[in-house]
Amino acid sequence: MANLNINIGKLQLKNPVMTASGTFGYGTEFSDFMDLSRIGGTTIRERQGNPYPRMAETPSGMLNAVGLQNKGVDYFINKIYPSIKDIDTNIIVNVSGSTVEDYVETAEKLNSLEKIPAIELNISCPNVKEGGMAFGTSCPSAAQVVREVRRVYKNEMIVKLSPNVTDISEIARAVEGEGADSVSLINTLLGMAINAEKRKPVLSTITGGLSGPAVKPIALRMVWQVSNAVKIPVIGLGGIMNATDAIEFMLAGATAIQIGTANFIDPTVSVKVVDGINEYLDKHGFKHVSELIGALEI
Amino acid sequence: MYLSLYLIDTQYNIYSMKKFILDLIVKKNVLLSNQYSLIILTSSEKLPEILPGQFAEVRVDGSNTTFLRRPISIHYVDYETNELWLLIQVIGDGTKRMAEVKVGETMNIILPLGNTFASPTRKDAKLMLIGGGCGVAPLLFLGAYFKREGYEVNFLLGARSEADILQKSEYERFGNVYITTEDGSLGEKGFVTQHSVLKGSNFDYIYTCGPTPMMKAVASYALKTNAVCEVSLENTMACGIGACLCCVTDTVDGHVCVCTEGPVFNITKLKWQI
Repeated sequence: MANLNINIGKLQLKNPVMTASGTFGYGTEFSDFMDLSRIGGTTIRERQGNPYPRMAETPSGMLNAVGLQNKGVDYFINKIYPSIKDIDTNIIVNVSGSTVEDYVETAEKLNSLEKIPAIELNISCPNVKEGGMAFGTSCPSAAQVVREVRRVYKNEMIVKLSPNVTDISEIARAVEGEGADSVSLINTLLGMAINAEKRKPVLSTITGGLSGPAVKPIALRMVWQVSNAVKIPVIGLGGIMNATDAIEFMLAGATAIQIGTANFIDPTVSVKVVDGINEYLDKHGFKHVSELIGALEI
Repeated sequence: MYLSLYLIDTQYNIYSMKKFILDLIVKKNVLLSNQYSLIILTSSEKLPEILPGQFAEVRVDGSNTTFLRRPISIHYVDYETNELWLLIQVIGDGTKRMAEVKVGETMNIILPLGNTFASPTRKDAKLMLIGGGCGVAPLLFLGAYFKREGYEVNFLLGARSEADILQKSEYERFGNVYITTEDGSLGEKGFVTQHSVLKGSNFDYIYTCGPTPMMKAVASYALKTNAVCEVSLENTMACGIGACLCCVTDTVDGHVCVCTEGPVFNITKLKWQI
């Protein structure tokens, strides 16, 4: 059996497989089916999220317009954290906000939690009116959020990037320059679904974020571009359904991967991906999973 | 390597019901009409405990367009024969593939999901279970449960025409059956809320599932007659376990997931304009 341990900066992972924010609840929703590995998703203020309908199924994917519904960071710290802090995995909290101050305040509160070794700064959610993606689509605003959060947050800071930009590499370089420890990409692609019979948009918000296997080629391309553009580790995600997909992301340059939409179809998929990576490493004679990172032969 | 974690037990004990991913075997597939199929599933192992009103997330294999699982009501569970019944209405490619499943094949199913209906406190309470179209599905299991618990059960089933009245003889096993059809081909002509049984007497508890306009009309009738009323909602879902937050409905407590806080809601919780 090959060694699956991976480090992302100071963050030590027992394997390169994580679950993506917004697809895994607080982890507890999945505890009947599997052992838990990661958690995500909290914003500073209570957010009701967008009206129904929030989801449209599309060929090989889904559009969502959830809008970061959650009960806020104080609820997380008081009600959720005590019940999950002793799970033997890395719990990473996804942080979003409407203003730079929101991000800073949330990060500061999370900084004091002993069992939260990292945050994922979400500057790429396409489904909230203010904040979210607005920060992640220009270099100055992305840099500003990261700079301000870096001042107060001492642990591992992952910055989640938006694919809805002309050049994702320059955004990645901008956040690297302000002290991001790693980047994760891609968040969902802005998309739209229409009901022709009713001549109406399917989603209440008209547009939403596309995820699932449909986005995988775009995500792979962006992971490859970004990993060539920055020195910090890249966490790859976007349409990963199985171990082969995960391996492709690592070959493209990802140090670790996240699984999102696939959790909805098979709640146990993440552990299957770990097993599949292990089999692949044995089959091809690799001793350590890190040998896959950027091992694409061109 | 990992520590397992128990679900956070908050308001309802139902949250601690363990969920399973099962490969169930198709025992029978009965075509009820050109758009409805009754699929009877079984397992070599004993089926887990399932409550009336709960649903299953069914994986659809081999479809080019259906990517996500489909939430399907539990129509009936027969613990003696170890059978799980699903009533499928063919709407898109996913339900079409489900309806075409053959005896001996397996279906990958996550269950039991969601909450259940509230039982009346008094055994002599007058109950009416009102279903429309394929929405009648969960009421069979509910009616069977109520009968076993010693309640007198009434069903009011509505549909467009006789061909859309499903499983009538099965409902008759557990209670009195009243029927309306829009074209008058079976039972009384009109909508369920126009049936004479609702005019003749008042009911203490009304349970309903069907198209939203029908459920709103039933809810309005319940409010006027001071009946306790629970509705079973059907929203578009991805995960079915409260993770994706796609299937929300607006309630007095804000947006809540239909898959975990429902599908059954007391109408006083919903922000329906009725």
